Amino acid sequence: VRSNNALGKGLLALLSRDRIDEDVWDEVEETLLLADLGTEPTLELVDALRERVKVAGSRNPAEVKDMLREELVKLVDPSMDRSLATQRHADRPAIVMVVGVNGVGKTTTVGKLARVLVADDKDVLLGAADTFRAAAAEQLATWGARVGVPTVKSDVDGADPASVAFEAVKAGIEQEVDVVLIDTAGRLQNKVGLMDELGKVKRVVEKQGTVDEVLLVLDATTGQNGLNQARVFAEVVNISGIVLTKLDGTAKGGIVVAIQRSLGVPVKLIGLGEGADDLAPFDAESFVDALLN
Amino acid sequence: MFNSLSDRLTATFKNLRGKGRLTEADIDATVREIRRALLDADVAVPVVRAFTSAIKERALGLEVSQALNPGQQIVKIVNEELVGILGGETRRIRLAKNPPTVIMLAGLQGAGKTTLAGKLSKWLKGQGHSPLLVACDLQRPNAVRQLQVNGERAGVPVYAPHPGVSSEFEAATGDPVAVARQGIAEARTRLHDVVIVDTAGRLGVDAELMQQAADIREAISPDEVLFVIDAMIGQDAVNTALAFNEGVNFTGVVLTKLDGDARGGAALSVASVTGKPVMFASTGEGLNDFELFHPDRMASRILDMGDILTLIEQA
Ligand SMILES: Nc1nc2c(ncn2[C@@H]2O[C@H](COP(=O)(O)OP(=O)(O)OP(=O)(O)O)[C@@H](O)[C@H]2O)c(=O)[nH]1
Ligand SMILES: Nc1nc2c(ncn2[C@@H]2O[C@H](COP(=O)(O)OP(=O)(O)OP(=O)(O)O)[C@@H](O)[C@H]2O)c(=O)[nH]1
Ligand SMILES: [Mg+2]
Ligand SMILES: [Mg+2]
Repeated sequence: VRSNNALGKGLLALLSRDRIDEDVWDEVEETLLLADLGTEPTLELVDALRERVKVAGSRNPAEVKDMLREELVKLVDPSMDRSLATQRHADRPAIVMVVGVNGVGKTTTVGKLARVLVADDKDVLLGAADTFRAAAAEQLATWGARVGVPTVKSDVDGADPASVAFEAVKAGIEQEVDVVLIDTAGRLQNKVGLMDELGKVKRVVEKQGTVDEVLLVLDATTGQNGLNQARVFAEVVNISGIVLTKLDGTAKGGIVVAIQRSLGVPVKLIGLGEGADDLAPFDAESFVDALLN
Repeated sequence: MFNSLSDRLTATFKNLRGKGRLTEADIDATVREIRRALLDADVAVPVVRAFTSAIKERALGLEVSQALNPGQQIVKIVNEELVGILGGETRRIRLAKNPPTVIMLAGLQGAGKTTLAGKLSKWLKGQGHSPLLVACDLQRPNAVRQLQVNGERAGVPVYAPHPGVSSEFEAATGDPVAVARQGIAEARTRLHDVVIVDTAGRLGVDAELMQQAADIREAISPDEVLFVIDAMIGQDAVNTALAFNEGVNFTGVVLTKLDGDARGGAALSVASVTGKPVMFASTGEGLNDFELFHPDRMASRILDMGDILTLIEQA
């Protein structure tokens, strides 16, 4: 794997050095930048490490690597609550909304998540509130068929997404399902009209019950723009968790470190492929290990 | 705290003003700010490294000009170098001497290939061509249907002999290489002069799917292979571009989702590591949101300092 080599090289070289000089710090910095951590968190981390090294009087670059791992794990915070609110309420299903910019993997994530819930013996219903993109509802329905759950969608292209979402939740209540998963259209966070529309989808759904979980899907290849994405989506629909997709590629997804730090929203799930079973819980330690290797 | 490069550089310039010559320390300070700005714009680390050392070299040999202060002169150099890497002039689509002209699209999952297929077909149709779209993504659920809808909207026919994955056909069974080959034959019989081949998204590290893309290329000998890449991509742009370049030896790049607020440093990374020209910009979800790529606009977007550049041009 190419990037693992490119990335690993820095820290490998680091370990082969016999003392901690400026090159070591450059390599640490480069490793973090290459993982899309961003300049600010990177510089802060390097400064913190330098301070620790000074205080501890370390001379061994291997110790630097261990400290780096430690600091990163602390940043990513294994103690955060990453559970999903998918418990049925007494009188209605749990409601989960999936949001994000275009093409990140929202629809696929809804399909995979439905599979996980079904395996957990839950009754699930999908709502196709992407009424905009060509064949988006059909794509979701295919996922529904694949994992054996029904999909509520509109027959007309360009229907009001809020009313489709409303209908889906209504059907979920009537059919007494456990969870309703609502897929929404991709939208860039700087499109004010589309963000307003998303806010409306949520408000309309909430006439029947509070949305339990709003998952922001973030593509692991995303660079520094990811922070803007998270900020704006958090403002508009108050996201409760992040799904980091496409981690089966070479991208590390380091931008989530800055997102978690500045917004306090935990990464809950990771996407590892295009198949129905390619969804996994986020694990802070393995994320950091992948970031550093 | 200065947010934009403009602000930070203006501050740096203040210290430089009045000095006739730049010291190495002056240059280092300016180059540091530029490095930071490029990294914040998602330009890949190795590309930033090569770029800033080129800047430093040119700045050290700088002839002091009358009109600009030395800091501004550095910015001018930066801009020139950026535009240079991004390609001075936009390259047009190469049309085949013997039609049909074959255009193949390739890229990561979700980059915007299928949407671009629709846009390209509409644009070419508007120029008097008679395009045919070919549906070779038989893997992503309803990708074929998505292309058909785009074709309908563009008023362009779609060759889709296999339905791909859809609710009735949940497993991927079709042979995209065969569909691509048949698509070209179909275009010949039906006298289409351009064929646009949409392919499934794939990862740079997926050897099997990359081989499939290479096989499609081999089967249809395209005149253009366009690598479609999302402007929001970060450091992975280099790995991905190199992998696709090796896999399908693309001839041009299309940068998508430029209607967002990402700075788009990937454009520089990809152009710089592959030497391939960025040809088009995709700027929205609509079929008309598509334009030729402008290196100069991209350079000021990456540097986020349009105002400074204007000042310099006026000097
Ligand atoms: N390799 C990989 N591909 C993924 C993953 N998740 C989704 N994809 C692929 O990414 C592409 C886009 O996924 P979608 O689920 O359609 O994304 P979306 O966010 O719903 O897209 P829009 O609705 O158009 O905004 C598809 O080709 C998926 O198969 C993942 O974890 N890994
Ligand atoms: N805002 C914006 N959205 C775009 C642009 N280009 C494509 N999209 C959207 O991005 C998402 C993915 O586009 P697709 O054309 O399906 O991407 P793809 O590369 O074919 O995806 P796969 O086939 O799954 O690999 C869709 O929601 C598109 O509407 C663009 O330039 N701007
Ligand atoms: Mg979708
Ligand atoms: Mg596609």
